[in-house]
Amino acid sequence: MFSERRFAEVHRESVKLMAESAGVELGDDVAALLAEDVCYRLREATQSSSQFMRHAKRRKLTVEDFNRALRWSNVEAICGYGAQDALPFRSVKEGELFFVEDRDINLVELALATNIPKGCAETMVRVNVSYLDGKGNLEPQGTVPTAVQSLSDDLLKYYQQITRAILGEDPHLMKVALLDLQSNSKIAALLPYFVYVISGVKSVSHDLEQLSRLLHMVKSLVQNPYLYLGSYVRSLVSSVMYCILEPLAASINPLNDHWTLRDYAALLLSHIFWTHGDLVSGLYHQILLSLQKVLSDPVRPLCSHYGAVVGLHALGWKAVERVLFPHLPAYWANLQAVLDDYSVSNAQVKADGHKVYGAILVAVERLLKMKALSLSQPAEGTSNAQPGSVMGAMGYRVSSPGLSPPPEPLSEAALGIASHLQAGGAGCPWEEWTPVPLPAMYCELYSFFGDSLAVRFSTGPGFGSYPPCTQSQLSDTRKEPSGPASNPDTTRKMPQLTANLNISPRQDGSPRTDPPPPSLAATGSGRSLARSSSMQRSRSSSSRSGQRSAGLSRDVFPKARFTSPQTGPPVFSFLIGGRQMGRRCQGRRPFQTTFAPTPPFSTIPPRAYAHKLPVIGRVGKPVRRWTCSHYSLHLPL
Amino acid sequence: MAAVQSGMGEGVEEKDIKTEPASDGFGNNNANDGRLVSTSPGSNAPAASNKPVAGGPPEDQQTLLAVLQFLRKNKLTESVEILRREAGLPEDDLDPNGADSSGAGTGGAAGSVDSDAGDASSLLTRVTVSSSAAAQAPTKGTIQSDCCQVYDGASGGPVPGNSAAGEDQPDVSVVLSAYSQQGDPALYEVYYSSLKRFIETVLDCHRAELSQVFYPLFVHMYLELVYNNHENEAKAFFEKFSGDQECYYEDDLRVLSSLTKKEHMRGNETLLDFRTSKFVLRISRDSYQLLKRHLQERQNNQIWNIIQEHLYIDIFDGMPRSKSQIDAMSGSLAGEAKREANKAKVYYGLLKEPEIELPLDDEDEEAENEEGKPKKKKPKKDSMGSKSKKQDPNAPSQSRIPLPELKDSDKLDKIMYMKEATKRIRLGPDNLPSICFYSFLNAYQGLTAVDFTDDSSLIAGGFADSTVRVWSVTPKKLRKVKSAADLNLIDKESDDVLERIMDEKTASESKILYGHSGPVYGISFSPDRNYLLSSSEDGTVRLWSLQTFTCLVGYKGHNYPVWDTHFSPHGYYFVSGGHDRVARLWATDHYQPLRMFSGHLADITCTRFHPNSNYLATGSSDRTIRLWDVLNGNCVRIFTGHKGPIHALAFSPNGKFLASGATDGRVLLWDIGHGLMVGELKGHTDTIYSLRFSRDGEILASGSMDNTVRLWDAMKAFDDLETDDFTAATGHIHLQDNSQELLLGTYLTKSTPVIHLHFTRRNLLLAAGAYNP
Repeated sequence: MFSERRFAEVHRESVKLMAESAGVELGDDVAALLAEDVCYRLREATQSSSQFMRHAKRRKLTVEDFNRALRWSNVEAICGYGAQDALPFRSVKEGELFFVEDRDINLVELALATNIPKGCAETMVRVNVSYLDGKGNLEPQGTVPTAVQSLSDDLLKYYQQITRAILGEDPHLMKVALLDLQSNSKIAALLPYFVYVISGVKSVSHDLEQLSRLLHMVKSLVQNPYLYLGSYVRSLVSSVMYCILEPLAASINPLNDHWTLRDYAALLLSHIFWTHGDLVSGLYHQILLSLQKVLSDPVRPLCSHYGAVVGLHALGWKAVERVLFPHLPAYWANLQAVLDDYSVSNAQVKADGHKVYGAILVAVERLLKMKALSLSQPAEGTSNAQPGSVMGAMGYRVSSPGLSPPPEPLSEAALGIASHLQAGGAGCPWEEWTPVPLPAMYCELYSFFGDSLAVRFSTGPGFGSYPPCTQSQLSDTRKEPSGPASNPDTTRKMPQLTANLNISPRQDGSPRTDPPPPSLAATGSGRSLARSSSMQRSRSSSSRSGQRSAGLSRDVFPKARFTSPQTGPPVFSFLIGGRQMGRRCQGRRPFQTTFAPTPPFSTIPPRAYAHKLPVIGRVGKPVRRWTCSHYSLHLPL
Repeated sequence: MAAVQSGMGEGVEEKDIKTEPASDGFGNNNANDGRLVSTSPGSNAPAASNKPVAGGPPEDQQTLLAVLQFLRKNKLTESVEILRREAGLPEDDLDPNGADSSGAGTGGAAGSVDSDAGDASSLLTRVTVSSSAAAQAPTKGTIQSDCCQVYDGASGGPVPGNSAAGEDQPDVSVVLSAYSQQGDPALYEVYYSSLKRFIETVLDCHRAELSQVFYPLFVHMYLELVYNNHENEAKAFFEKFSGDQECYYEDDLRVLSSLTKKEHMRGNETLLDFRTSKFVLRISRDSYQLLKRHLQERQNNQIWNIIQEHLYIDIFDGMPRSKSQIDAMSGSLAGEAKREANKAKVYYGLLKEPEIELPLDDEDEEAENEEGKPKKKKPKKDSMGSKSKKQDPNAPSQSRIPLPELKDSDKLDKIMYMKEATKRIRLGPDNLPSICFYSFLNAYQGLTAVDFTDDSSLIAGGFADSTVRVWSVTPKKLRKVKSAADLNLIDKESDDVLERIMDEKTASESKILYGHSGPVYGISFSPDRNYLLSSSEDGTVRLWSLQTFTCLVGYKGHNYPVWDTHFSPHGYYFVSGGHDRVARLWATDHYQPLRMFSGHLADITCTRFHPNSNYLATGSSDRTIRLWDVLNGNCVRIFTGHKGPIHALAFSPNGKFLASGATDGRVLLWDIGHGLMVGELKGHTDTIYSLRFSRDGEILASGSMDNTVRLWDAMKAFDDLETDDFTAATGHIHLQDNSQELLLGTYLTKSTPVIHLHFTRRNLLLAAGAYNP
């Protein structure tokens, strides 16, 4: 056990060098002997120096200990190594020389220096009751030495300057202050104060500017590598959550862009969580819980809901899957109610509703993408393995979501309804919510958003094997499902879909040229593009889901509130999609056919259609646009 | 050793391999003739007495010749004749060989022989070196004691007077000369491995016992190789067998491994320790016989010689010990303690408390107006009185060592103590003490020692920057006495003269005492709180007045760092111990030590007075604890079992038990009366720097470098003892591993090593250490 632990040895060359520097020439044998003896003496001195360390009740051997050992064995002590800091050990490449850096010290400079070190605080004894009756740590022993606890004048000044700069008028000053806050290594003592300042968000909820400045401050603190946030993370998170979730006083005025603030806060939240989440146990769940609470509380204003959604989105797709997705059915009802209220008094609320809608859409799209991505490998394998699978429900294939136009398989339009049934039955059990397999999730989301979903999946080889339908075919199919689909509308949970059912056939007839409808369309135009597309898209799924859950009392959303399918003016829905109509029509067509019954054409593998997809499916551009635009709401209507 | 064999039947089994026959030599010198004759036919005599086997190696014969020559010189012709006949040596061989042998005598002799100084001394050295006991029987008593002295000093025997000469300035060449005899260096490995093979094949019950031989053998063989300049063989030997040694010898092995040249051996303390002390092993008779037979059969003289010269084998009758039993006791630098080392009677009982009228305090009475209270008080007082009247049978007589008279202030303090004691909390497993932690903040200079006064009113810290600082932990500030000129002005008749002599202007929370020129490693308050002792690396112990906050005396005696010092519980005396391996007993009014306790083989790291002031305990880097009698300076107990330097000692309040803590993180408990280890408390992960029993002895608190305070159930640890006679007689203990049951609590500090513990008079636990952020 000692063989591998040979001791540090001084080479004879070193001894020779030393001797030379002292002006003595040594022979090899002498040097070797000396080297060996030096090693031994060194080890001996080290041994005895460890005794001084033990008696000084330390764990660290100091130069002082070693010098004592030397002194007691009548060897001169070594001077110049007593510094507390580690001495930099340098090497010179050319000479293979290693040495301890020994800088010249300018004594004049030192003597005339103006910043005279203050000297360390006085040694003192402080007592605290650590354990009462052998139980509990009443006061954490030795928390912060009092010398540090009270702020020095410098720190106090710094604190004042920084807070004044950040909360002041001058944007340039603020930037400088934030930058310094981000990189200053000496402000640990001030952290509690800054955290306290930040917790003042509650008192300035009327002032968006101040709020965002405080958020910037949070960001700077979080990014400061020298700060250990510790339990202050909780406090920071609560401040940020306040900005995300609370119906800020500032949001009363619609001119105030509190949305951006919420977006920023959400991003900040995710940043804190990812970088400092480990400091507080259970933080993730607490955040999720509070977001969920807000989301499930219908009394809250829409801007709170918006905050919850963007917060979830920022926390990652898993959070969206865990919280938002299961809540979506319930929440959708409320949102829909808002969106479908065309009264003028509701206009502002509705606009907010669209914001929420967009946020949800972005969140779920990301969810789909990420989930697909996480599944893509195995899913691909299965789909290739069983190209002829009739149902196709199991073999959903994911096509590079969001990045390129997804290859959408086509299917016989005429068989649409039946296929809906099948697909719905197989892949969309929407009574259960977690964990939902991707296909089911997609189906469900599709039922909400329809074509607004930028993510597309080929629904498996079975579906993809159908040849693209012609225009005439398409129009047939359009008409065909409309009839039966109107019946299940009674159980539809999304009323706007019912309204669309009648519209869609017409749309096929006049895809591009329809002018925006004047009357109801006006309100309809308030809706986002996404929604308009979803209406069309979701028809198929609506019928499907309607049929599936016919027995269920899904009509919480009273279709009665809407015009019956027949009465709805057919034109106006096109106006919404106006610019995209052509594309959408094409896009929708293949998609509808997706749900067509499979048997006859199942032999053609989906790949065969891959090259055709750009033509039929949604092309890359809009997809990219959807993903790029934050929360979809900013798209032109 | 024929004489011994027939003469002292009961001691034979131990003494037949003893090489220092200090005791047996005296009795039977004159009557040796007949006995020699009578035992000469005994076939085992040569083996048992290590007499050279006929036809053995030449050096044995040389020894014999040397003896013969010596006998002839001293006109002991009859003995010469007998010896010659027995050894079968021809008459004419004697002269030339004798001359040879005297020349071959190795090294200078240490002993001085009155007559024939030159010749005889060299002969004697030869004799002792080859340890031919047969030669010593016929020699005269005076000479014999002389030749024993060489060893006496070397073996670090318990008699300080005797060993001091050899101990303080060991003549290295003499000490090492034994290694000059040598066999073939190449054969060392063979010898060792054949022994190893043998021991590995013996029955399990013997194996553990015989394995004890490995370590000392290994060390001595290695040193022999080094001494004789067989560097490469030594290295090979070390590498081959060092892995076999018990892990607790690792530190020593590390020192050994760095030692590869004869020159290194000079001045190496560890080496001298190995050489000058006999490694003590306890082996059952059966196992020993096995070993002996094996070595004789194999003619393994190299090993046999080492066993003879450097090992002391303490043979006992009975069951061989188990591995765990052996491991519990071994680990010290020089093996276990000899059994007779722990046989002396120790008066561990407490001294009778001086009878002090406990005045029924008016305040107390007023405070307790209820009717029941005064009644209660009476019997309490009575019991206290009766208790102090009963003399503990184990206590030393009151005047065994002279103790200072109690002053009035002492009596007052005693009264205070008793009052406090009545308010003391009874601790137990269900009633653990509260812990207050005294953190030293900003102690950048390095806190090296802490002490509290008994009444917990003052705390003192020794620092690596040579200062001693005293703090008042009560609101009462520290004040100096006025200067002499000012003192003249005050009215000496006034009632509050004690108050008037203090200088209000100097009142402060803390005082710094300057005087040492090296780190202060030990400090101790006097029981009356008037003095403070500090021991330092500069080799001095200083006595400070806490009235004037000046240094009163610097006690010089230790020439090396003084690691620890401790005031006697009765004041006046104090003990110090340090790097020079000698513990010194001082009285505050003497500038020279009263006693010197030598015997430890390495630094004395901690010192502690027994509650009755008649004994003191020292812990050492040689991993032993010794208990010394203050009266006569004798070492009365040697406790082995720690595997690292001992840094903490504590006597139980009843004086019966001793607790010790070491760098190995274990606390060992010792029964002083029986001289036995009675408990092992495992749990700490780093050096234990502080141990303290609660005031009633129910709880043992230990503080360690690992930033924890642990509380142990001392009552249970001591109650569970089965001290039957057998255990007491043999010293073989069965320790059950019940540390977890005894551990009552572990209390963490944030980042502060616990270097001192103290129970207040009401059983509140105070801990102290320097905060290391």
